[in-house]
Amino acid sequence: MAADTSASAPAGAPGEANHGIRIFIPWLVLSVVADVLIWVVWGPHLPPGDMSSSAASQQFDIRVLAVAAAPVMIFVWVYFAYALIVWRHRDGDDEDGPAIHGNTRVQATWITVSSVIVLAAFVFGTVQLVVPQGAGAGEGAQPIWKPSGNTLQVQVIAQQWKFTYRYPQFGGFETTDLVLPVGEWVEFHVTSIDVIHDFWAYQLGVKADANPDVDNVAYTKVNNPGSITVRCDELCGLWHGAMFDYGHAVSLSAFDSWANSTEVQLAAVTKMLPPYATTYDPTMVAQMSKAMVAAGLTGAPGLYYPPTDPLQP
Amino acid sequence: MSLPARISLLVVAFAAVVAVGAFVVLHYFLYNPPVENYAAGVTPNTGAVVHVVMQEDPQNTVSTHPDWVSYFIQNPQTKAWVHTTLFQVPAGSRIDMTIYGFDGCTPLRNPVWGQITGTIGNVEYVNGKPYHEINSWSDCNVAHTFSIPGINLNVPMASPGLLQTAKPGLCGTSPCQPGDMKAVPYRTMTFSFNSPHATGVYFWQCRVPCGGGFVTGFGGPMQTIGFMTGNMDVVS
Repeated sequence: MAADTSASAPAGAPGEANHGIRIFIPWLVLSVVADVLIWVVWGPHLPPGDMSSSAASQQFDIRVLAVAAAPVMIFVWVYFAYALIVWRHRDGDDEDGPAIHGNTRVQATWITVSSVIVLAAFVFGTVQLVVPQGAGAGEGAQPIWKPSGNTLQVQVIAQQWKFTYRYPQFGGFETTDLVLPVGEWVEFHVTSIDVIHDFWAYQLGVKADANPDVDNVAYTKVNNPGSITVRCDELCGLWHGAMFDYGHAVSLSAFDSWANSTEVQLAAVTKMLPPYATTYDPTMVAQMSKAMVAAGLTGAPGLYYPPTDPLQP
Repeated sequence: MSLPARISLLVVAFAAVVAVGAFVVLHYFLYNPPVENYAAGVTPNTGAVVHVVMQEDPQNTVSTHPDWVSYFIQNPQTKAWVHTTLFQVPAGSRIDMTIYGFDGCTPLRNPVWGQITGTIGNVEYVNGKPYHEINSWSDCNVAHTFSIPGINLNVPMASPGLLQTAKPGLCGTSPCQPGDMKAVPYRTMTFSFNSPHATGVYFWQCRVPCGGGFVTGFGGPMQTIGFMTGNMDVVS
């Protein structure tokens, strides 16, 4: 601000160069060039890509914010370079600089531009949460922004140190393979059966915390087939770094074929699973294991661990 | 105090601090259990058969955590039981596993891990009887699992029956000795899998929340190498 004031003050003096114009013109040229490069050249390669509706939306957000940020950054650089060159100390000039006084025009411009940028970012961010159905983020158990029409439900169950995926519309089978159809809305129900994890499907732009006893819902629509990298993004214990897997987005017909055959293949395992629910209470294990309770097996070491041991928070 | 005395005191104090730091680093951060080498004398990537023997117990031999459940691995040369969960196998070989299950039952938190995957034929044998899945919720029959996520291996470890567990009681001193099942109840699990051709360290773990006394049951022995998790080092 002080530099702005000193820059504008001498500009009006007779014979003094118009510093404002000399800064504005290179700033404008560089900003236009940078924004075009960002949007056209760099933009399509920005993370997380455009494999899904939420990923494409996030990529669009990053492009817009980068385009908005570049002129600000370039202004700082241009002004910095201009000040270094034009207002540098010269030999024999030992005078103090002119006294700095408030400049209403500069201050008003600064506050106005800052306010417009911040408010625009607020409105843009809000719209970008609403329009792309939550932008791939976990919206909690009762999502506000959801797609219309049918969705494929996929439950993500996190546990140390593996994700498993349950498909309630296909008999409720559970598998370690994440397979999704292209062109369909997917409704993820993310939960955990032990500690806090985080389901991060990078190429899909989906990221939702996996908390025990919480059903965290996130939506996305896969646009293109390909491989999906899934990582846990919450430090969850000794082998957190190994808690990742790779899913696949395939055509709708290939997905139907896979889901139907897997449902049959895993029928015996599915029978062992608890009924599908949005969350799973670990203490129900004890209720299911009536044989142990009936036998009076109530504690460690070596025997059955009752609901109070391991301690539940 | 004279100058030499003060210098000596300073040196001694500095050495003491360094020694304490070195002890902490060596004892707590750099300590690892021994590695049982099942790869010695075996030519890798030839499909050779290697027989690895382990057991899981309701307690262990470590004085600081005597009541933690734990795996033991048999030394391939001496046949002595070693309190460790680290072992080496040759790449590209057939690994025949025998695991003696001495611990009592604890249901799987997620019964999907009752499915046997990654073994040859997706099967394990419990006391000689083949299983493709074991339902830990319908009865008290699973104690732990032996799971290597990197090769999609998951094998539930069967536990002695309820009546056996209640009377005469579980093995009370580790390492337990396989012998008369009526005197000391246990189950014998056998299964085979192919070690990867790619060398590297593959961690393995138990998926039963058997860390008694810890939040969610996944603390203590579940998070400590040498007890319920470890590494399979595939070498060539």
